[in-house]
Amino acid sequence: MPRTVLVVDDSKLARMVACKALAKIHPDWACVEAGDATQAMAALQAQDVDISLIDLNMPGDGGLVLAADLRRKRPNMPIAVVTANIQDEIIARVRELGATFVPKPLTEEALSAFLTGASLRLRKVAQ
Amino acid sequence: MQISDIERDAVAEIANIAVGRAAASLRQIVGHEVLLSVPSVDILTQEEASHVVAKPGNRALIAVCQNFDGPFSGRALLIFPETNSLQLVRAILGQELPLEDIVDLEDEALAETGNIILNSFVATMANVFKRGLTMSLPTVLRGDGSQLFAGAAGEKELVLFLYINFEISQKEIHGYLALLMDIPSLEMLRTLVQDFLDTVAPKGAGQ
Repeated sequence: MPRTVLVVDDSKLARMVACKALAKIHPDWACVEAGDATQAMAALQAQDVDISLIDLNMPGDGGLVLAADLRRKRPNMPIAVVTANIQDEIIARVRELGATFVPKPLTEEALSAFLTGASLRLRKVAQ
Repeated sequence: MQISDIERDAVAEIANIAVGRAAASLRQIVGHEVLLSVPSVDILTQEEASHVVAKPGNRALIAVCQNFDGPFSGRALLIFPETNSLQLVRAILGQELPLEDIVDLEDEALAETGNIILNSFVATMANVFKRGLTMSLPTVLRGDGSQLFAGAAGEKELVLFLYINFEISQKEIHGYLALLMDIPSLEMLRTLVQDFLDTVAPKGAGQ
């Protein structure tokens, strides 16, 4: 079933890349963009969001803070933290939050793998 | 010379990706997490760029510098306040070495570390753009901002200046990764940004 994906990144280019890749993988899914954590929380209030893709390094609250907030509000939401920062500490913190680490530059293959897992998880939760 | 918002955004985002990889290399070398700021991108004269790094208290700087050349060319630098240099070398080589050995090995350790980090930084940018860049050997420079940037371009010449603050946790070591790119490269950059978008989602796909 079609899902709504929230893409949070301070870079417009990175949001374009993510939304274009998403449109290619799942043309019927919706992509909602947010430029920072505040906009992301507002978007979450304004509409139903099923899945989130969050950049790590953003001005204001970074991706890990936002992912933790989202996790508290939406315990079952599949969340990916997208970053080129492949330091062990970062990967460990992403996993502690129950989120998925997806490397940047974002490839269609990596996004597709995450979305497949996310769909399964959502279906399981709905049962 | 103007840079559009999307071009600034693209350079910052690609630098963000590149510096993430570079930070992971530095983390492996020093064994501590490396904290990064959000990158800043500006078109400045070389002189103005040197003022950005030469903030009060940052007069005596030490830098590892590598020039790169290809579809776009410029200079990549790993910059520290000189007061941090020995601490960094100690973090790289281990605590057990006596101070005189550390002083002896300072330039060599900095050049080698800089080489790994700057290569990781520039090579990731080159990979994102799917273009090859050649890199010069690393050199260690000491001085203020203007001395570090000298020769990258004329003093009044505009450069695309990108810098990121980093900090090594538990070590009180901080520094900058900086990149000065020649303005004639900017036209090429516009083409590469479009190519970058196309590789992820070809034109017309799911628009």
